[in-house]
Amino acid sequence: MTTIAAGSSHTPRTAVHPVPLTRITAVELRKMFDTRSGFWLIASIAITAVLAAGGVIVWAPDGQLTYSTFATAIRFPVVIILPLIAILAVTSEWSQRTGLTTFTLIPHRYRIISAKAIGSVIIAIAAMALTFAVGALGNLLGAGVKGAPLVWDVTLTQCLYYVFGMVLSLLVGFMLGVLIRASTGAIVAYFILTFLLPTLFGLLASSAQWFHTLQPWVDSQFAQSGLFVFDKSLTGEQWAHIGVTGLIWLVLPLLVGLRLVMRAEVK
Amino acid sequence: MITVESLTMKYGRTLAVDDISFTASAGRVTGFLGPNGAGKSTTMRIMVGLTRATQGTVTIDGRRFADLPNPGLEVGVLLDASAQHAGRTGREILVLAQQFMGLPRTRVEEMLEVVSLTPDEASRRVRDYSLGMRQRLGIATALIGDPEVLILDEPANGLDPAGIRWMRDLLRGYADRGGTVLLSSHLLHEIEVIADDIVMIGHGRIVSQGTKTELLHEAGTIVRADNAIQLELALTDWGLTTHPTGDGALRTEADASLVGKVALQAGVALTELRAAEGAGLEEMFLELTSATQREGVPA
Ligand SMILES: Nc1ncnc2c1ncn2[C@@H]1O[C@H](COP(=O)(O)OP(=O)(O)OP(=O)(O)O)[C@@H](O)[C@H]1O
Ligand SMILES: [Mg+2]
Repeated sequence: MTTIAAGSSHTPRTAVHPVPLTRITAVELRKMFDTRSGFWLIASIAITAVLAAGGVIVWAPDGQLTYSTFATAIRFPVVIILPLIAILAVTSEWSQRTGLTTFTLIPHRYRIISAKAIGSVIIAIAAMALTFAVGALGNLLGAGVKGAPLVWDVTLTQCLYYVFGMVLSLLVGFMLGVLIRASTGAIVAYFILTFLLPTLFGLLASSAQWFHTLQPWVDSQFAQSGLFVFDKSLTGEQWAHIGVTGLIWLVLPLLVGLRLVMRAEVK
Repeated sequence: MITVESLTMKYGRTLAVDDISFTASAGRVTGFLGPNGAGKSTTMRIMVGLTRATQGTVTIDGRRFADLPNPGLEVGVLLDASAQHAGRTGREILVLAQQFMGLPRTRVEEMLEVVSLTPDEASRRVRDYSLGMRQRLGIATALIGDPEVLILDEPANGLDPAGIRWMRDLLRGYADRGGTVLLSSHLLHEIEVIADDIVMIGHGRIVSQGTKTELLHEAGTIVRADNAIQLELALTDWGLTTHPTGDGALRTEADASLVGKVALQAGVALTELRAAEGAGLEEMFLELTSATQREGVPA
């Protein structure tokens, strides 16, 4: 091996400064991209968004070739991929055991977890911007190719609803990553929460009258559906539904998960 | 300096670490020894806050690890070289550490050179690394912040002979410049060559600790004479127990000066008299930890 020493060892340092959260967030963001799987997962947002927009142009009936149709179609692949990014950002520290280094370099785990949350939300917002851009291009192209009238039927408020809804989905993934700390388990749990459970709630609501009125207060997908319909503003009651279901399905389990993460042994 | 005070770690009913206290001093290499499952890794994990102790404290230069503002610059840690994301390149792993610590980017290539990973190897993904390459990468991560304290769990694991020699010189250099080095290892010969102090544990308890010279001294003296029978009689006359070493010499618990005096009085001409080094640490290890060995009392 080389005879170069490991550095100008032990030069007296001027006061060591704490690692700022911005730096931790930047590194955590980098970690989401710097493996092949991470890179392609994020790239797949753009790829599937383009495919979904292409699908709308080809298959949507002429009357429905509007901006909201594009935005709705693009939502489906993205709402699956975004939470995966958040889940893997958290679980890989355990499943790949990188936590041994991460939590040693930054011993305050809440700082790493916060940085991951901020990083995931930044990616979600970037993904939303991309979605709107692809949707807009698709709308222009669709109108151009098919000669249908150009319809911009989405208001700014509805755009914000849409972004908010997507961030909520991402945070549910994040919460499951923190709570379960194993990639497969967290992904399966996400699909159960997002796809299986709402179906079951739906069946129950249509068969049992008592649940029908209760559903908006316990079924988060049902409560949030208003965010994605590009129809009208939400009522106060609808916001209350979102708040209550968010508390049950996001905030409480997240608090439990955070408590576990703070105490869990990393090895 | 690392100070461990009455550290206890219970996993359910398993007592992994049982009320241990020791210090690893600045300017010295402290070897941390013990059979498999003795609690070495657990103790090291507790030191850096990855595991919460049931009781007791660890401080590094008087501060808890969690209170260090930028720990990478003060404590270099290698606990398990294979605990890396298999899909990252070696260089990327160093870049992440460099960025967390806020070091200049040039430090990454410097460290790659220090641990002899070629630029081509550094661009490979860690899943394609050999055991020794992972170890080198882990050592680079520990050293990149130029810390004053090193905590290394079996750092020589998987290194080739040149790598082990390099590692030894590196750690010696660190300690000589005033750094604190705590390393665990099963390579007793390595520890014997490099360590100044030794802490030995078995079943989570300290079975022996002290400077290497003290401990090896305790391990006894090797003495040889042409007239082995007369020598043995003289020593047993003095109440000293002797063990044949198998090659005609005798080993005894007494120190060399006493053995010399005994021989002089008995008029036995010695052909060899020395501290029982070489096999000393191994002998001592096996003896002291025999109650906690998986294989039971060694022959
Ligand atoms: N999470 C856990 N739950 C239960 N027991 C545990 C846990 N972690 C460690 N142990 C036990 O603690 C003891 C100490 O383990 P540790 O890994 O510290 O040993 P070690 O001295 O590093 O051994 P080796 O030389 O094999 O690396 C072992 O008996 C181990 O089984
Ligand atoms: Mg171990």
